[in-house]
Parts: sequence; C-alpha cells; structure tokens
Amino acid sequence: MLNYIIRRLLWAVVLFIGVTLITYVLFFLLPADPARLAAGKSATAEDVARVSHQLGLDRPVHEQYVLFLKRLVVDHSLGRSYANRRSVNEMVGEAIPVTAALVVGGAILWMLIALPIGILSALKPRSLIDRGAMIFILIGISAPVVWIGLLLQYFVGFKWGLTPNAGYCDVIDPPVGASCGGPADWAYHMILPWLTFAILFAASYARMIRANVMDTLGEDYVRTARAKGAPENVVIRRHVLRNALLPVVTMLGLDIGVALGGAIFTEAIFNLPGLGRLALNSVLNLDLPTMQGVIVFATLTIILLNLVVDLIYAWIDPRIRLA
Amino acid sequence: MTAGLHEAPLLDVRDLRTYFKTDDGIVKAVDGVSFSVEAGKTLGVVGESGSGKSVTMMSILNLNPKPGRIAHDAEAPPRPRMEAFLEASKKHTSVSTGQALFRGENLLEASKRRLRALRGSEISMIFQDPMTSLNPVLSVGNQLVEAVMLHRDVTHREARELAIAGLQEVGIPRAERRVDDYPHQFSGGMRQRVMIAMALINDPALLIADEPTTALDVTTQAQILDLIRELQAEHGTAVILITHDLGVVAETADDIVVMYAARIAEHAPVFSLFERPMHPYTWGLLGSLPRLDVELERLTQIKGQPPSLLRPPAGCRFRPRCAYAFDRCRGELPEATPAGFDPGHLDACFLAEARKLEESARVVAELGLDEEAA
Repeated sequence: MLNYIIRRLLWAVVLFIGVTLITYVLFFLLPADPARLAAGKSATAEDVARVSHQLGLDRPVHEQYVLFLKRLVVDHSLGRSYANRRSVNEMVGEAIPVTAALVVGGAILWMLIALPIGILSALKPRSLIDRGAMIFILIGISAPVVWIGLLLQYFVGFKWGLTPNAGYCDVIDPPVGASCGGPADWAYHMILPWLTFAILFAASYARMIRANVMDTLGEDYVRTARAKGAPENVVIRRHVLRNALLPVVTMLGLDIGVALGGAIFTEAIFNLPGLGRLALNSVLNLDLPTMQGVIVFATLTIILLNLVVDLIYAWIDPRIRLA
Repeated sequence: MTAGLHEAPLLDVRDLRTYFKTDDGIVKAVDGVSFSVEAGKTLGVVGESGSGKSVTMMSILNLNPKPGRIAHDAEAPPRPRMEAFLEASKKHTSVSTGQALFRGENLLEASKRRLRALRGSEISMIFQDPMTSLNPVLSVGNQLVEAVMLHRDVTHREARELAIAGLQEVGIPRAERRVDDYPHQFSGGMRQRVMIAMALINDPALLIADEPTTALDVTTQAQILDLIRELQAEHGTAVILITHDLGVVAETADDIVVMYAARIAEHAPVFSLFERPMHPYTWGLLGSLPRLDVELERLTQIKGQPPSLLRPPAGCRFRPRCAYAFDRCRGELPEATPAGFDPGHLDACFLAEARKLEESARVVAELGLDEEAA
C-alpha cells in the first residue's frame, strides 16, 4: 500500500515536469513578444529590451525553465506576473477558493440531479420519467455551456430578476467597501454559476448511472437477493446501488479534475474571479508565470485527485487490492 | 400418515404456462407443464438448454424478469388469454398461468409479500453460476446474515453464529474466519458451497437447484452433488434438481421429468425411466449419454435443432426430429398420459404402447442399461 503510494507520487513528479515543460515550449512558440506587451504601448525598442532582460526573457528557454523549477522547489514561489508584477502565489491563492466553491458546489448539485434521475429512469425504463430524463440528457450533453450560461443569465438573472447576473461575494470577511458578503450573499451569487456548471455533468452522469443500474439489475446476484426473499427496496439499495455506483465514484474524482478546465467558461460568463478567469487573462496578456501558476495548481490537483480516487476505490471495492 | 394412500405433495404444479413478450413476438417458454414433488424427495428435471426448465422454476417463485399478472379465470382457455394480454402490453413483460400449489397454496396467486416470506425460508434456490450469483462487494458472512435476518427474528450476532455454522455444515474449512471473506476469495466449488449454505440456512422444505454443477469442474461436481444429497437426507428437504445431464439425475433423483420445447415429454420414477423409457426424445437423450462401461462406436446424437418457442411446430413439438412420427403427430399436441403398466409413468407420445415398449426394450438392450439394473 505504502509502496503503491510512493510509486504513484514518483510518477506524479514525472508527469508534473512533462506538463510544465510542454507549457514552456508552447509559450515560446507563440508568435508574440511578452516583453513588448509588458513594456506598454509607447515603449521604445530599448525599453522593450530592458523589460525583456528584467523578466529573464532574453535567456534561452531551457535556462528559464530550470530557473522556474528552482524557484518553485527552493523558494516555493511561482514568480511574479509579467503583467502587474504581483506575486503569482498570491493571485492563485485568491482564485482557488472561488473555483473550489464553483466546482465542489457544482459537483454536489450535479450529483443531486443525476442520482435520482439516473436511478428512477433505470428502474422504470421506457416510462414517462425515463423519456423525460432522456430529453434532459440530450439537451444537457448537446448544449454548449456558454449558451446555457448566457440563457440562464438573460432569463433568470436579467428578465425575471430572480438572481444576480454576475459577480462574486466572499463568504468570510469581505474586503472593506465590498457591496456584499457573507454566506447568504455568496450562495445567492453562486446559484446560476452552479447550475450552468452542473447541467452538462448532470446529464452525462444521469446517463451513466442509468446504464450502470440497468446493467446491475440483470446481474445474477440480484436474482439471488430476490430469491432470498429480500424486499425490492433492499435489493435496490444493498445489491444494485452498492455495485452500480462504484464506477461513478471513480468518474466523479476524475471529472472534478476535468471540471477545473470547464470552469473557464462559467467564470468568464459570470465574472467570477477564479482560476479559470485568471488563466484566460494570463493567456491574453502573455503572462507566462501566472499561466504556469494556474497550470501547476491544476496539475497537482488532478494528480492528487486521481490518487485519492484510487485509494477510495480500493477501500470501497473489496476486489481491488493496490500493489 | 393421513387416511389416504398418498399424502398431498409438497409442490404440485398444474398446467403451468409462462409466456414472454419480446421484440420478435411472444415466446412460449413454458407451455402446459404439470408435475409434483413430495416432501423429502428429489425430482430431476432434464432437458436441453431452452427447454423451459429454468423458466418453470422461476415462474413458481415469480422471479421472472418483469412479471405481469392476469386475472385467473378457470373458464377461459389460458393460451388466447395470455396472448391477448401480452399483445396489449406495451412493455416487455411475462405472464404465467396455471397453478403452483405449495402445501396447497397457489404461488401464482400469492401476494408479493407472501412470496417474499416463502422465498429463502420455505423455498430456496441455487443457481448455475456461483461465480456471479454472490454479491461481489458484500462479505459472504454478510450475505448469509442477510438471508437469516430477512426471515428470522434474531440479533445480528446470532445470525452471524448461524452463518458460521452454515458454512461449517457445507464443509468450508476455518468457517469462523472465512465468514468475513469476499466471494472473489473463494474458488468456484467453494462459492457453490456458500450458495448452498445460504439456501439451506433457514431450513427450507424445498430446494430448487438450477444446474448447480454446470459451471464446475468434474471432481467438484461430484462433491457438490454429494453435499446436496447429504444435507437433503439430514434436513428432509425436497429437492428439484435441474440439469441437462441424465447421468446426474440417475444417481440422485427419485422421479424424473424430461422436458422438451416448453413441455413435458416424459415423467416417471427414476428406475422406471431407465428401465422402460417411453418417449422417443428420452431414447435420444439416453443414447447421447457417455458411459465408461459400454463400448459404442460413437455417441448417437438427436438430429436437428430444438424448435423455436416463438413459432413452435404444429402438433407434437418433437415431430420434426422424430424418426417415429406419423400423421397424428402433425395434427395434435400430445398430452402426458399414464402408461398401462404403471399409472405413475407418463409420456407425451402418440405411439401405441406395445410399440413403445418394443422400441424401449431395444434401446435399453443396446445401451446395456438392463445389465446395470440387474
């Protein structure tokens, strides 16, 4: 078990170097000069050269990469933004809670939607519930997140005025002068983002849960349970769901990682100061340290989530032994 | 003993029919089957795959997938009624008619609650594939405990003690430790022992074993059959043993039902069946039985394929494969009727009894079955 974790963590290091290295290479393949952008519109060629030297952009790519690694490992620092000279650690630190709130809240919401729909439609195939669910699933999977977000924003937020259109509120100690704060305001502002974020996943999870439950219903051990005289609710809970939801746990862990990427759209639409927006802005500004900061965080999160999923899976499924 | 010669049988199945609605039409999986099992006795049910053996048993316990119910109406003939019901149904469903009298109570009309109370406590079932018949994420102990606690008012601790005792009884070594193991930690034979322990843990009056040894290797097969026989003798359990292997039932059963294409071809006491088999299909089955003690050029096989249960042939269902078929077999569906020499020996064949006895004697002599009996 311990061996397994150590081996996985060693792999994680390799993966981490691979991902960050690729980001570096891709960045320097871009046909644009970050120094020119950082130096401002009226900068002379000299100014640009000076800025370029300051940012270390005049050095070869491999040197820059080694420097980045050294800074990260020795000083635990992601460096400073090219765009506004702020510490990237700080910027990422501020953005994490916003994205975490969006992703975790969204995941809870999508499971709350997907579980009952998936289970009910599997238990009553071809019924009204099942057909209705299939329509929802089809829409949820086909419709782009941006389109859903804008529609929700337009109707629920703007036309009907039920929720705020956009913006974010801090849950605890909002900054001085903030227009809102506290758990109630926070949740109120997050309703639409959560919903937007959850629909795609809710749809694909409902479909997956439906398929798993239907498969499991046909298993021999379910027949055994009925032959034992177990009432239907016990059969479903103990024998069907226990087995049918095992793969869902894995998928959930992996998808929360994937969802970090999906957060970019939702955060952009609802103007949430999260990692997605930070990543988007850093790409537009050719701000390599900030971009790298977001990528480092996302990579670590996904690696960690994968490990946690494997450990949980070994714990809930007796057939799996980690070795 | 009651005043009559015979006690009422434990299970008495009368004119059982089970039809399924599928995309291709109505499958008549069981089509007019009658037999009975007496307390403590063993009934062997033999037939090819798809002959309706398993569906018959599943129908008795109402375990068929998505069963529908139709009103019982002794007046109207069942077949058109069932077909009309299934035609009208939008869903893939199944429906059974007839009677399955367990201690006089018709299981086909019993409430769901009543059936649940009987399943696993009075009537238990074990299945073909022990690899997939146990829940992989629950320890075997938990599954045994569940079986106990569904039917008996005991504490978890007591149920666990019963589970361990049950595992010991079926010969699982170190049962008190293995009770916490999961199914994948047992071999196929051991898993079938666990299934047997689970089926017998509430001391049922009837055990239905649906091809319990088919998925096991030969040495394990013999052990499992011995185990069932031992436990049956000890507990006085009646057993219905479903198999496609006549050899298996020859040693185990008191009576044998031979099924073919959803109907009964022959139903007889075991010695009578091997002494005087009366149905051409049984002759074919006996001929295809491999034996070590008789030299044959090669095993004979029954020519042709079993018929489709969607559109069974008119008349006798075995007619297309039968070397003895004549005009009457084409027009009429034979019912199982008692033989003149023994009212307990039934067969569904139109051949004259003298002719059948003659052929039977020939088949038995050819296979050397008479020497064995002597």
